Amino acid sequence: MMADPMRIRATSKDGVVNVKVLMSHEMETGQRKDAAGKLVPAHFIQSVSATWQGRVVLSAQWGPAVSKNPYLEFNFKGGQKGDKIQLTWTDNKGDKRTDEATIN
Amino acid sequence: MNQTRRDVLKAGGGAGLLALLAAVGFGTPGEAVAADWNKAAFEVKTVPEAFKVLGAGTPANSADILMKAPDIAENGAVVPIGIESKIPGTESIAVLIEKNPNPFAAAFDIPAGTETTVATRVKMGETSNVYALVKANGKYFVAKKEIKVTLGGCGG
Repeated sequence: MMADPMRIRATSKDGVVNVKVLMSHEMETGQRKDAAGKLVPAHFIQSVSATWQGRVVLSAQWGPAVSKNPYLEFNFKGGQKGDKIQLTWTDNKGDKRTDEATIN
Repeated sequence: MNQTRRDVLKAGGGAGLLALLAAVGFGTPGEAVAADWNKAAFEVKTVPEAFKVLGAGTPANSADILMKAPDIAENGAVVPIGIESKIPGTESIAVLIEKNPNPFAAAFDIPAGTETTVATRVKMGETSNVYALVKANGKYFVAKKEIKVTLGGCGG
């Protein structure tokens, strides 16, 4: 499931880029019990960063209270249609994922 | 002397060794710790403790923090939260959910050039106040909104 790429939509209007991201991740809190009554271990994204032309345009620290398949939206100035942005997440097991998208 | 180590040890307080290990990429067996992840804040059990650990003290209420979230969340597992800060010099926005087992849910660092508005979706275990904590020019401000939850979303 985390092998699924992030869905990133970045659109530029009047010099501002709106970025909407949907990530694939279980975001397990560590408090849920499975069908056998066993606690499912915590497994969640801890940090997120978005970069454009080598600059970080947003960074975040998350805990397991962020919903499964996390959604993120933000806006930054300067990106142009055709530029690329990168989104990276790192989770509490050390797994990491980066996806890139082109600004529309 | 290694600058990073010295800073980490100074900042780490009682958690000095763990912070040092985290900074160089090691965690406890079976668990990797992302460098700089604020474990202390994510593990406190109350909003006042979270404010304290974050260095926010007693943040001033601000009418310039707009929270866009439903009055009633049909599904506590997926509650949309939008926060816009109109406070000049806003550097970061954090989300805290009062009645969750661990209230500190997320924090966003906003560099210059990025608008001070973020949106995400969070889990709420039950009806609760949700706080938006803003750091602006080194000072802390807060707004809150009660969100009613009909179906809790933290576990089970």
